[in-house]
Amino acid sequence: MQQSVKKKSHFYSGWLRRGAVSEIHGEYLEQIRKREIMIVTYQVLIGLIFLVFWEIGARMGWIDPFITSQPSKVLETIVSLFNSGKLWIHIWTTVWETAVGFLLGTVGGSLIAILLWWSKWVADILEPYIVILNSVPKVALGPVFIVWLGSGTPAILMMALAISVIVTVMMVFNGFNEVNPDTIKLMHSFGASRQQILAKVVLPATFPTMIAALKVNLGLSLVGTIVGEFLVSKEGLGYLIVYGGQVFNMSLVMASVIILCIVAALLYYSVTFLEKRLIHWK
Amino acid sequence: MNKVTLSGVDMTYVNKSGEIPALVDIFLNIKTEEFVSLLGPSGCGKSTILSLIAGMLRPSKGQILIDGEPVIGTSPKVGYMLQHDHLLEWRDIRRNTYLGLEVRGLADKEHCRHADELLIRYGLGGFMNRYPSELSGGMRQRAALVRTLALEPEVVLLDEPFSALDYQTRLTLEEEVATILKQEHKTVILVTHDIAEAIAMSDRIIVLSARPGTVKAEYTIELSGKNNSPFAARQAPEFREYFKEIWSVLEEGHATVR
Ligand SMILES: Nc1ncnc2c1ncn2[C@@H]1O[C@H](COP(=O)(O)OP(=O)(O)OP(=O)(O)O)[C@@H](O)[C@H]1O
Ligand SMILES: [Mg+2]
Repeated sequence: MQQSVKKKSHFYSGWLRRGAVSEIHGEYLEQIRKREIMIVTYQVLIGLIFLVFWEIGARMGWIDPFITSQPSKVLETIVSLFNSGKLWIHIWTTVWETAVGFLLGTVGGSLIAILLWWSKWVADILEPYIVILNSVPKVALGPVFIVWLGSGTPAILMMALAISVIVTVMMVFNGFNEVNPDTIKLMHSFGASRQQILAKVVLPATFPTMIAALKVNLGLSLVGTIVGEFLVSKEGLGYLIVYGGQVFNMSLVMASVIILCIVAALLYYSVTFLEKRLIHWK
Repeated sequence: MNKVTLSGVDMTYVNKSGEIPALVDIFLNIKTEEFVSLLGPSGCGKSTILSLIAGMLRPSKGQILIDGEPVIGTSPKVGYMLQHDHLLEWRDIRRNTYLGLEVRGLADKEHCRHADELLIRYGLGGFMNRYPSELSGGMRQRAALVRTLALEPEVVLLDEPFSALDYQTRLTLEEEVATILKQEHKTVILVTHDIAEAIAMSDRIIVLSARPGTVKAEYTIELSGKNNSPFAARQAPEFREYFKEIWSVLEEGHATVR
């Protein structure tokens, strides 16, 4: 940068100032980019320090690795799970159960919301039931689903569905009701039917809300799936965690939790990616 | 020739706490291609009159006729424009102007081409593929006007269409809308709170009383050198006289309410 001061376009120079159009803009860019770099550095640093202390603490006997495990063992466990070929089966089981649960929850919840919008009558009648269902901790229904559906995949899917469907109904129905009444008045002035109002205005206007519901449901369905796996399954990350706990293999528990975090993050980012692609008008 | 007729119209809303008489005994005759403004205090039933003419409400009493035939529901003959443009943000401008056509089942080649022509004619040709969020307030309201005109209505109802715009845009758009509606030979009913706007744009002004609304006064506007330009109209020597007169009539209304 010192060299390029003589050049006319010196404010373009330097990696931190790339794309600058003037001196002040260059300074500004440099400032915010430095800040971003610092933030990422601290983020990585905190994670590393945590891992290092965990490892050292376990080796020095400050903490009991039998209870807490330690990063090197966790890594070993992940590698051996991976090599045994079982890891993908567990991940895949959890992912598809979650995906089915939250897709059913979102689609089913949206359909129920459409029904409620269509008939104010039905909506008013069902309102107290929806409020009650919403406040019940769905996890408490686990044993009921197991009795009804057997201890297997259907009970897990039911759990994932139950936990997401009511929230979706409430979110989407609220979204429907937030559509500007004057926009609906405009549609009426064109002589639009209720179906046309739904298809041309209400549904597309609420589409972003539905995507938001999808994001919320992803987290909720994952909870439902893991709880379901705790209760009944022979496969999946939830099963691995419970199994690890039962045989007191904390490295297995920690490894499974970490993999679960990664899976959850990837699922979340794929929905965010979908959102960006689908809502293109903003 | 009377295009729109209201004879002895009453409108009473009902809600939990009782009856709300909004309009009482309204008689109005609006001639073909006439531009009429409705002025009156807030809540006196101006929007209600427009909804009745649009066939979106049924009068409690009396009759509404368009071209001598009773209004029994919404009709493509009547176009309605509201205070906000209500463009759908997920549709580009072109597809926004097709909205009414789609609802009416008229979105064929011919009608869509006509809508496109209107967009081009009124200066939105370069914005057909843009989304509403990319347009200024004035352009958005012009697009909303094209959406209304695409259905080829004979009567256009405007409910405070300029009130959400800044002053500069407002004057420009008044000028444009007046010109466009004259060119297209529309019969126009404009609701506004702005006395100057009403004088500048209208052939006739109807002043309504506070609720329940009745016709309180009527002015036929004749300005020298107007030439259908609201902007020029504001410079006319008679403009201030009309303004003072209408202002005092509206003020009276305020006094009786208190
Ligand atoms: N759906 C309704 N139910 C009950 N009362 C209503 C309804 N719509 C309008 N009103 C009442 O009827 C009266 C006339 O309403 P309207 O909207 O026609 O007035 P307006 O002249 O357009 O008012 P503004 O200048 O504020 O737009 C108001 O006092 C309003 O409270
Ligand atoms: Mg109104």
